[in-house]
Amino acid sequence: MVTKENDKITVENLNCFYSGKQVLKNLNLTVEKNEILSIIGPSNSGKTSFLRTLNRMNDMNVNFSREGNIYLDKENIFDMNPEKLRTRVGMLFAMPIPLPMSIYDNIAYAPRVLGLKNRKNMDEVVEQSLKDAYLWDEVKDRLNASAIKMSGGQQQRLCIARILAIEPEVILFDEPCSGLDPISTAKVEEAMLKLKQKYTIVLVTNNVKQASRVGTRTAFFLMGELVEVDTTKKIFVSPQNKKTEDYITGRFG
Amino acid sequence: MNRKLIDSIIEKIIFLCGIIAIVFVVLIFGFLLKEGFYFFKDYGVFKFVLGQYWYPSSSPAVFGVFALIIGSLLVTLGAALIAVPLGIMTALFISELAPKGVRDVLKSIVELMAAIPSIVLGFVGMVTLVPFIRTAFNIPTGLTAFSGSIVLAFMAMPTIVSISEDAIRSVPWSYKEGAYALGATKWQTIRRVVLKAAMPGIIAAVMLGIGRVIGETMAVLMVTGNASAIPTSIFDPVRTLTATIATEMGETVRGGLHYRALFAIGLVLFSITFIINFIADLFLNKNSKKG
Amino acid sequence: MNFNLNPNLSQKIAYTFLAMATIIVIVPVLTVIFIIVKNGWSALSWEFLTTMPTDGMRAGGILPAIIGTLAIVSCAICITLPIGVCAAIYLNEYAKDNLLTRIIKLAIVNLAGVPSVVYGLFGLGVFVMLLDFGVSIIAGALTLSIMELPVIITTARGALNSVPYQFREASWSLGVSKWQTIRRVVLPNALPGIMTGAILSISRISGETAPILFTAAAFYVPHLPQSPFDQVMALPYHLYIISTQIPNMPKNIIFGTALVLLLMVLSMSLIAIIARIYFRKIRKW
Repeated sequence: MVTKENDKITVENLNCFYSGKQVLKNLNLTVEKNEILSIIGPSNSGKTSFLRTLNRMNDMNVNFSREGNIYLDKENIFDMNPEKLRTRVGMLFAMPIPLPMSIYDNIAYAPRVLGLKNRKNMDEVVEQSLKDAYLWDEVKDRLNASAIKMSGGQQQRLCIARILAIEPEVILFDEPCSGLDPISTAKVEEAMLKLKQKYTIVLVTNNVKQASRVGTRTAFFLMGELVEVDTTKKIFVSPQNKKTEDYITGRFG
Repeated sequence: MNRKLIDSIIEKIIFLCGIIAIVFVVLIFGFLLKEGFYFFKDYGVFKFVLGQYWYPSSSPAVFGVFALIIGSLLVTLGAALIAVPLGIMTALFISELAPKGVRDVLKSIVELMAAIPSIVLGFVGMVTLVPFIRTAFNIPTGLTAFSGSIVLAFMAMPTIVSISEDAIRSVPWSYKEGAYALGATKWQTIRRVVLKAAMPGIIAAVMLGIGRVIGETMAVLMVTGNASAIPTSIFDPVRTLTATIATEMGETVRGGLHYRALFAIGLVLFSITFIINFIADLFLNKNSKKG
Repeated sequence: MNFNLNPNLSQKIAYTFLAMATIIVIVPVLTVIFIIVKNGWSALSWEFLTTMPTDGMRAGGILPAIIGTLAIVSCAICITLPIGVCAAIYLNEYAKDNLLTRIIKLAIVNLAGVPSVVYGLFGLGVFVMLLDFGVSIIAGALTLSIMELPVIITTARGALNSVPYQFREASWSLGVSKWQTIRRVVLPNALPGIMTGAILSISRISGETAPILFTAAAFYVPHLPQSPFDQVMALPYHLYIISTQIPNMPKNIIFGTALVLLLMVLSMSLIAIIARIYFRKIRKW
């Protein structure tokens, strides 16, 4: 394993399978500290499978198996307690999934269960998380309202706030704007760019333009393989691989 | 750390309960099998199943359940002939025709119907239906297979109606849309498209309803007359497998041959209903996969 | 046969038949309830509910039968509910989807259809004789609880299953363990479904006769039960006895007993039905 000082996540020879069918092939990739790594590629290219391996959500699926290793700060995540890992590597799903409770409780849920904060500090945690997710002004007067009744964009930012409340080191975004309108998308992207200063971000997106807008670096996945990874500028201006060029110029996918 | 410990203890308790429940399942079958086998070994399977006479207290005692099986089948068949068409039609009415408010009321009534204890239905059948049948058909007694069929039809009805209704309602709207687009009337659509698509679920509903009827004890005991002879018509008194267990178990010598014979009947009942439910389950799964 | 008819006419005829069938199904139910209420109402009094039977049960009240049924049913539900819910949690949330699990699920579904009199046999063989509890409250309660176990497991699994899987994923992704997710997200949202199922189960086992016939019920006990190992009178069995075994039984006492049983059972079902409609309305997702 060769890791540089600046590497947050190092993926080494990763192969993943669902019910024996290979979805990721011999993947080697690093994610650097405080960057946004965008992962683009057509559907079924293994992007989401990769993301769900990074916080071991795939462990919940009995049909899943894998070979190879992933290191978070030089520590193999497959040797870690998966629950502990998930507090360090937060995840935002494609569809916003607020839990069926109040806005306040959604944020306070994980810190309470994990015993991270005492009750006095909880108000501060909730406020700070909502502020960081650019939601505070919209909801500060109705924190006890049900989270289910919010708009889609607000729900997605609530889900971001919920992750921030457990203070992770890495945040995984799984096509976070696929169900959102352009204005809500812009707000989520704005939040992401701010979050980059404090967190390391891996973004899976079907939207090539989104990758070009927010990505520090961009990786292109095809059929479970990593075709190319480089700075976003290079990928979009002078991709090394023909397939990458075809994809980002809209010839397939 | 303490929290983790408590969590893992609770998880262990949950596993344990799961295992307990499973053990009971195995235990019931094993126990009936054991008791039944003792009897079959002593008495002989064929003599038991095909024997025409059930004289448990003569000496030597005779334990032929053929008449009882015929009794159960006759009552069940009668009940099915009444309950199946009525039940499916009611299910169609509730799911396809009734306006929403009426539908909720009808569904609640069907559910209340399921809640009426069989002993109460049996009692009401005994004091109203039985004398009515005696005078209406001018026969010596109203305690007949026919009375049993009517009472049991109403016990099978809630099962048939509610499960059929589920199956009919889960037919995708697009199926109907296709038929409407071709100019079919609503009834033609129901008859040719909806019924066909819902058929596996409806068959399952019928099977489960029949399973319930075969296993029904108290109501049937009170209205069928309890005569253990092979009936020649539906207006004869009959005795069912279940009624035999219920009436005779109290008087047997625990562990004796008669006692074991009743367990053997239990095993027969268990097997019949298990097979029926198994088939119903297959149809239900088929339905849910399509829906 | 309908091919020659005008489709609109045949539709009208069909609808008429469907409506008639529904009436044929619904009317007898209401009639049964009406007959019992009409004939039993006169017997219903505070005294009828709170005194012992006298004169070979031809007079007096039905207190011991009510107490007996309450005792058996409350014991049974206390045994079956926790075990059933835990088993449902195990099967729905923990069990791996392998052949064994599938067999267990199938067995549970099928056991729900086994005749109640067969459970009575099982209870007699295992609890009354093998474990030597005798004919007693505890033997009857155990028999009923085993009979109801598959039903409780099935309804509880349905309730757990209706909680969207994404809620679990969202909770796991925040580092919350499996059990804590079940406790704080899944169970609270499944609880209404589990509770309505439990109420329906209580209603069902209150009216069961066959399973307690040889495990708990007594023809006549001159005093109220003192311990779980006592035989008891029970409402459904009492109704059976007085309507079939005792000559010259006053009609209004039989109907009165039937009415008490019916009220007990139907009121609980009604509560469950209303609760379910209510919870469905306020459901948050």
